[in-house]
Amino acid sequence: MTTAKIDARPAAPVPVWTRLLRDPRLPIVVTAALLVVMYAYGSYRYSFDQQVPANLLINNSYLIVAAVGATFVILTGGIDLSIGSLVGFSTVLTGLLVTKNHVPVGLAAVVVLVAGALGGLLMGCMIQYFRVPPFIATLAGLFLFRGLSLMLSKESIPINDKTVASIAQFHISLPGGAFLSVGATVALVVVALAVFVLHYTRFGRQVYAIGGNEQSALLMGLPVARTKIAVYALSGFCSALSGLVFVLYIQSGDPRAAIGMELDAIAAVVIGGTLLTGGFGYVLGSLLGVLVIGLIKTIISDEGTLSSWWIKIGTGALLLLFILLQRTVTARGTRTTR
Amino acid sequence: MAEDFPVLRMTGISKQFPAVRALSGVDFRLYPGEVHALLGENGAGKSTLIKVLTGVYELDEGTVELDGAPVRITSPHHAQQLGISTVYQEVNLCPNLTVAENIFLGRERTSGPVVRWRRTRREAATLVAAFGLEIDVSAQLGSYPLAIQQLVAIVRAVDLNRADGAAGTKVLILDEPTSSLDQDEVEVLFGVIRRLKSAGVAVLFVSHFLDQIYRICDRMTVLRNGRMVGEHMVADLDRVGLVRLMLGRELQQLEELREHDRTATGETVLHAAGLGRRGSIAPFDLDISAGEVVGLAGLLGSGRTELARLVFGADQADSGELTVGGKPVSRRAGPQATISRGIAFCPENRRAEGLIPDLTVRENIILAMQAARGWARPIPRETADRLVARYIAALDIRPADPEATAGSLSGGNQQKVLLARWILTSPKLLVLDEPTRGIDVGAKAEIQKLVVSLAGDGVSVLYISAELDEVLRLSDSIGVLRDRTLVARLTNGPDLTADQIMQTIARGAQS
Amino acid sequence: MTALARIRQRDWRSLTRQQLFWPLLILVALLLFNLPFTPNFFSIGVRNGHLYGSLVSILYFGTVPILVALGMTLVIATGGIDLSVGAVMAISGAIACRLISHAADQNSVSLVLEAMGLALLASLAAGLFNGLMVARAGVQPIVATLILMVAGRGIAQLITSGFILTELSKPYGVLGGYAATVPTGVFIVIGFVAVAAVLTRRTALGLLVESVGGNAEASRLAGVRAQRIKVMVYLFCALCAGVAGLWNSSSLGGADANNAGLWIELDAILAVVIGGTPLTGGRFSISGTVVGALILQTLKTTIFTIGIPAQANMVFEAVVVIIICLLQSTDFRRRVARLLRPGAARGRPVGPVGPDGPTAPDQRPAQAAVSPESVEIPS
Repeated sequence: MTTAKIDARPAAPVPVWTRLLRDPRLPIVVTAALLVVMYAYGSYRYSFDQQVPANLLINNSYLIVAAVGATFVILTGGIDLSIGSLVGFSTVLTGLLVTKNHVPVGLAAVVVLVAGALGGLLMGCMIQYFRVPPFIATLAGLFLFRGLSLMLSKESIPINDKTVASIAQFHISLPGGAFLSVGATVALVVVALAVFVLHYTRFGRQVYAIGGNEQSALLMGLPVARTKIAVYALSGFCSALSGLVFVLYIQSGDPRAAIGMELDAIAAVVIGGTLLTGGFGYVLGSLLGVLVIGLIKTIISDEGTLSSWWIKIGTGALLLLFILLQRTVTARGTRTTR
Repeated sequence: MAEDFPVLRMTGISKQFPAVRALSGVDFRLYPGEVHALLGENGAGKSTLIKVLTGVYELDEGTVELDGAPVRITSPHHAQQLGISTVYQEVNLCPNLTVAENIFLGRERTSGPVVRWRRTRREAATLVAAFGLEIDVSAQLGSYPLAIQQLVAIVRAVDLNRADGAAGTKVLILDEPTSSLDQDEVEVLFGVIRRLKSAGVAVLFVSHFLDQIYRICDRMTVLRNGRMVGEHMVADLDRVGLVRLMLGRELQQLEELREHDRTATGETVLHAAGLGRRGSIAPFDLDISAGEVVGLAGLLGSGRTELARLVFGADQADSGELTVGGKPVSRRAGPQATISRGIAFCPENRRAEGLIPDLTVRENIILAMQAARGWARPIPRETADRLVARYIAALDIRPADPEATAGSLSGGNQQKVLLARWILTSPKLLVLDEPTRGIDVGAKAEIQKLVVSLAGDGVSVLYISAELDEVLRLSDSIGVLRDRTLVARLTNGPDLTADQIMQTIARGAQS
Repeated sequence: MTALARIRQRDWRSLTRQQLFWPLLILVALLLFNLPFTPNFFSIGVRNGHLYGSLVSILYFGTVPILVALGMTLVIATGGIDLSVGAVMAISGAIACRLISHAADQNSVSLVLEAMGLALLASLAAGLFNGLMVARAGVQPIVATLILMVAGRGIAQLITSGFILTELSKPYGVLGGYAATVPTGVFIVIGFVAVAAVLTRRTALGLLVESVGGNAEASRLAGVRAQRIKVMVYLFCALCAGVAGLWNSSSLGGADANNAGLWIELDAILAVVIGGTPLTGGRFSISGTVVGALILQTLKTTIFTIGIPAQANMVFEAVVVIIICLLQSTDFRRRVARLLRPGAARGRPVGPVGPDGPTAPDQRPAQAAVSPESVEIPS
């Protein structure tokens, strides 16, 4: 019986440069590099102290949590437009429970998280069982939850609960003198958990499989329907959690909170190197994406002379850069003529 | 090494679809440890039989017995659980994951909920080595060529049931496994297959590459037009006999439809020199004169479609040059350029590449002509209606309703709609890829008559068909392809027989 | 007008009766729903020299949604999407207002025309950017247009320097006002809808767009210049958004870069989907979109006139969208049918397993899940 040795190199040698461009990890490397460069620039120009990176995490903690949820959905090739509305809804629900109904904070938090997960579950079922396109299903979710928030409370509900206030002000000191907030810690924990789930559980690998080739995943006997619905429920849960973190930030329940946040989350995910087509990407990338966006805002506000609209233009330009980069990564193999 | 009792026995299998009877009373049996070839041309029923076996389709009549016990296979997953694993030509794996992940997807080695990657990778490496392969299981599957991906799919398929304590894979179906492999890769695959044989796995080898079948298979079953026409030991049937069985030809002259002498006018309509595309078709030369009908003969996968697509500009050639009507066409130019110079192309896969299913018959018919005119010059409605009505009548498109949705028509009528579309553009060269596939006998004849009349009007035709009798009937000359190379150009005449063509095809199968 | 009648007839024939039926029914139902609450809902009076009434209000405020949704229809018909229309609206209004408000004589007609021209030029530039990204660079439409959605608003704010610009130009005000007692917007909408209808049904553009959306590869092989078509639809969409932006700023008497056209893209997409054009592209319906946009606007007006707090708006919109999407979903209809007829066992959809024919590169069948009946001729 002959033992054949197979060379791992493909038949026609691919130039190193092309292979580099085709590596799906390229965008995340570029993001990290960009972050470092930007930070160095900012540090040089505005003398960042060690609290600055911590502040980055603190000020963007809610977006990090939401972006994690968005990452799961986008990894399966879907999209979730309801994130911002669920965040707003969660803050309102929290405000109602804690302030108006004097529910203990812990219990209120649980209710909110369950509500978020259920909302996501609902959208997931619509997407999976009725084949409503994710865009439309989550768009309906966007309207539904935002509308529900406004119906529950027209105005902002201040939360004066002592527990909430003390959590919001709680500082976790880091070696070196800097400190983190509870929100930032939650964000980091969520990221760590997400990394674990995506890379060390069967469920996580199935998420990647579905994004890679849903047809194949089905034929390989994977529980595709269950996984897809679970992913949207997870995103709903993360949006709710993000809402809770946001409450710590604004200390109130605001039905107009987080309008448009889903787009920030999606932008962060894209900048972080996750492909919108699914199957490729890392949660760490999304974290980096949020930090990049946050750093841009910090630099621009520190600059002082630049106006806030440059943030938008800057973010748009960055998006453009990364998308074109992604195209070079995935665009190989268009063998047909124009 | 066949034992006495078949591991799989299918009896009297029939499957009916709305337009066609795909399988009629097919019997099939498979013994453990044998490599069994399933042969047949397009439309013969191979794919349907496989899909019935793997639970994609429900059979209408007949029984399936696995190890003597009757079974009703309800889904691909069920088939897998019973021990019937399939590796498809498309390699249904996830290219974004690693080799080890793909092998164990859904059943990774875990302690509790946590996946143990080191153990998973180690076991994957062991499995892979047991097949005699050296693959880095930590590498991304997509970074490997298709040949390797296929082998990984086989490793997964064979190992699938062992871990669950079930019986293990009894039947491994390989659907066209060598279509995209080169010689060396085929050797490796055969090595793996031989190992499986000695392990007692029954391998069902679906392919059309005759030389490979003669090398690796023990027994073969031939299907034609939904019926089983023969089951033979490979050693008992020679190549020519096999081809004859598949194509159903008697060794006799075929009647020629043409009533008059058609000499090519000499004006070269198409001139291709060294036109080729890596991995698709070897560089070829092809000259077609006005009014000439050139047939392309060869088995599935021999490169006929690829040749046609290069000529039309649907795919980009890597080498060579193309001149149409005396004017050169850039290799990078797309279909618009060739269409404007007078080439028309009816693709083989009408659903995916031909029709716009949601548009009406009328819209589909006028599409190419309209595209050539540009968006600003619409074809006047009366003219369009008149032309469409004329073609509906001429080609007997049913239902004769120009506003019917094209996707709702039967395959034959869809083909006619496509033909109408292209003939409307008054092409100099009409490329037809399997125009009569899946069409009833009457329509087949109509289409062939149409080709003859077009040729009489000075239109050249490049005619691809698996039906040799059609090719012989219509062509002035016949290009023979095998294994992605144009190997011969035979002038058609009273002396050329189907047998000779088959010999050319079959002979090429010997390495 | 025979031409219009023929257009209408062709539009009518190319739509299955089902498609326009439900949206129209819902529109009528919505309108009638008002009667018990507002008995004079359908009355039209004259006030301040122009028509006045709830219906007029619907038509007036419906200008922007209808215009934007119109442009969106063609983009969606090619299988794409344009999220940047709101930002384009803002840019367009910002440019026009800035030019006008900074001029010496704000009432100069030539100035107004020049300002509008420049604003529309900028809109077209945006459309060109989107079109090239999608058609040439092959970027997914959601992502490609997301760029301008984000950056465009920043650009608009840049143009207004962060302020809310106001202008007092009479000629400009006509745009967002009334002409011959009828809201000018109505004329604009009719004009654009007519142009769109003519362009798509009197030229071959409609056919080519539907072809590209229906099966891009088959269209390419038939000689359709798919890239060119795609760029054109994005240009048109941006133009519509630009005009909407002009109307909007004229109606407000100024430009608010922050809020102009905020989230209009979502309403537009909903209007298109409600009107029967599938998100996946192909057959599109301009009249369906108009009805869809009117439904959404009527919903808003209904809620307003009845006195339901405006917050409920979004919930109702969500419910309407969900209902319509479910009705349009074949899977939903099938499941409901199965619920109502237990025992009607059908083959469950299973993914296609392996091709039926020889290797065809880069090929994916249009429909993913197939049940045995829907498979063509198997090998």
